[in-house]
Amino acid sequence: MNNPGLAFVSDVFEDYHNKTILMKLPSYHTISIRNLNVYIENQHILQDINLTIPEKSITCIIGPSGCGKSTLLRTLNRMHDDTPEVKINGQVIVDDEDIYGVNVNVIDVRKKMGLLAQRPCPLPMSIFDNVAYGPRIHGLKKRKAINQTVIQYLQYVGLWDEVRGRVRNSASKLSIGQQQRLCLARGLAIEPEYILGDEATSALDPISTKKIEEMFVKLKEQYTIILVTHTLRQAKRIADYIVFMYLGKIIESGSTEEFFNNPKKQLTRDYLSGSFS
Amino acid sequence: MKYIRAFKDKSARQIMLGIAFFSLLLLLVIGVSLLLKALPIMKEKSLWALLSSGNWKPFKGEFGFLPYIISTLYVSLIAIIIALPLSLLSGIYLCTYASKTISRIFEPVIDLLSGIPPVIYGVWGTLTIVPLIANKIAPRYVEFSSGFSVLAGGLVLAIMILPLLISILLEVFRSLPKEITDASLSLGATKWQTVKKVMLRKSFPGIIAATVLSVSRAFGETIAVLMVCGNIPIIPHSLFDACYPLPALIANNYGEMLSMPNYESALMFGAFLLFIIIVIFNAISRLTLNQIEKRFSL
Repeated sequence: MNNPGLAFVSDVFEDYHNKTILMKLPSYHTISIRNLNVYIENQHILQDINLTIPEKSITCIIGPSGCGKSTLLRTLNRMHDDTPEVKINGQVIVDDEDIYGVNVNVIDVRKKMGLLAQRPCPLPMSIFDNVAYGPRIHGLKKRKAINQTVIQYLQYVGLWDEVRGRVRNSASKLSIGQQQRLCLARGLAIEPEYILGDEATSALDPISTKKIEEMFVKLKEQYTIILVTHTLRQAKRIADYIVFMYLGKIIESGSTEEFFNNPKKQLTRDYLSGSFS
Repeated sequence: MKYIRAFKDKSARQIMLGIAFFSLLLLLVIGVSLLLKALPIMKEKSLWALLSSGNWKPFKGEFGFLPYIISTLYVSLIAIIIALPLSLLSGIYLCTYASKTISRIFEPVIDLLSGIPPVIYGVWGTLTIVPLIANKIAPRYVEFSSGFSVLAGGLVLAIMILPLLISILLEVFRSLPKEITDASLSLGATKWQTVKKVMLRKSFPGIIAATVLSVSRAFGETIAVLMVCGNIPIIPHSLFDACYPLPALIANNYGEMLSMPNYESALMFGAFLLFIIIVIFNAISRLTLNQIEKRFSL
């Protein structure tokens, strides 16, 4: 209890299990999901999700494949908008605003969230233009400012020294690990508040994985990070909080330490012991 | 048992190789037989004279192919200039913006359009496009035009290749990985920004290939163009002049007046020219496509 932040948040986690005093939470820079239900072609994919994501920390969503964790993550930046089969009920409150509200501009929502996909997906342009893409589409025109932004974020992800002489070359020539760091830099360049990672290291080799993980730990000083992962060890290594999902429901959530050392539900214990995956 | 399997595998391979080789052979056979038939006139006149002369007087033995070559290129160029932007925009709309219901209605209609026989397009063009040009469009720019013109040919051709282009472009756009458009959208780009900066760029080689395919089709399109373009062997100087593309020349004259010396050979030379134009065009575009892919490493 010598870490007041942690104590506070474990309170929070207990709170939304009781689903009662949610409103007393300071909601700035947090995401809070209330009574979220998602249906895909009449299949109930996410059921009664209530969750508050603590700010400036890493929250890992874990669970067996098909449990709805990626769907949940994509709900957070409205990536389901173009799939008419997906029906969403409930509230996702980001910075005091329900992103599924009536007058919400989807572009503003997505600008707040940097998404790192499972497979690195560089845009068909140069390394430089990839990082500059976000700032440019949001209206940054001055060449000097763009240069500065690009260099800053390439340095941030440790790519600058590796690609220095060839930033004008095509991004698809980079190694997979470099591409994923490039994608991270590209996501950071739109100056989001949140970072979403959808199994962001599952396609990478161990060394690149380690680099990305270190990056996340560094980033949580400034950003709220939500990661979907299916490697328990990764969650153990970098998460501050764990959300365990099974068949579209949140089974248990709490601080990493408590979750792994003292799980409350039988299902969690079974999952952790490897009875199913 | 083991041997039979291996034998089947081997013989399947050989047979398929043979069939693939046969289609290659077919190309050569067609080219060579056209060339053989065209040889008499090529012996009599220099190649340069045949290609650069504008005089077409079979009675006097003058065979200048320049008007036909220019007409072919002109009509096809106009067709692609009209059809490409239209098909790009409709392809993009159907692939990114349109709801399922809309694309479910539109796509079969587009397929149906490409199945309509050329002669129907030709008749329709003669009845609508030709008078439209003669009465409404041409009087604004030139003193007189019968309406049977380069523009009419180009328009009818554009309408004919439009459905083909749209359906190829739809395939091209749909084959783009969804992750790449998602990546752009998740950065907060609008759909239009994503289309402009990511989709068109990534599918550029595909767009070129689609264009090449429909231009090749346009080069060879015969009956519909023949019905609306006037068929006068002059070099067209404006959009409203009549013209006479190579396929129309062959279709109109083959089988008639073959008693004239060298006439059949001249027609075969025309066919050979068309063949060569299409081969060269395809070869060049294949090379540029390779260059583009290398350059941008898409």
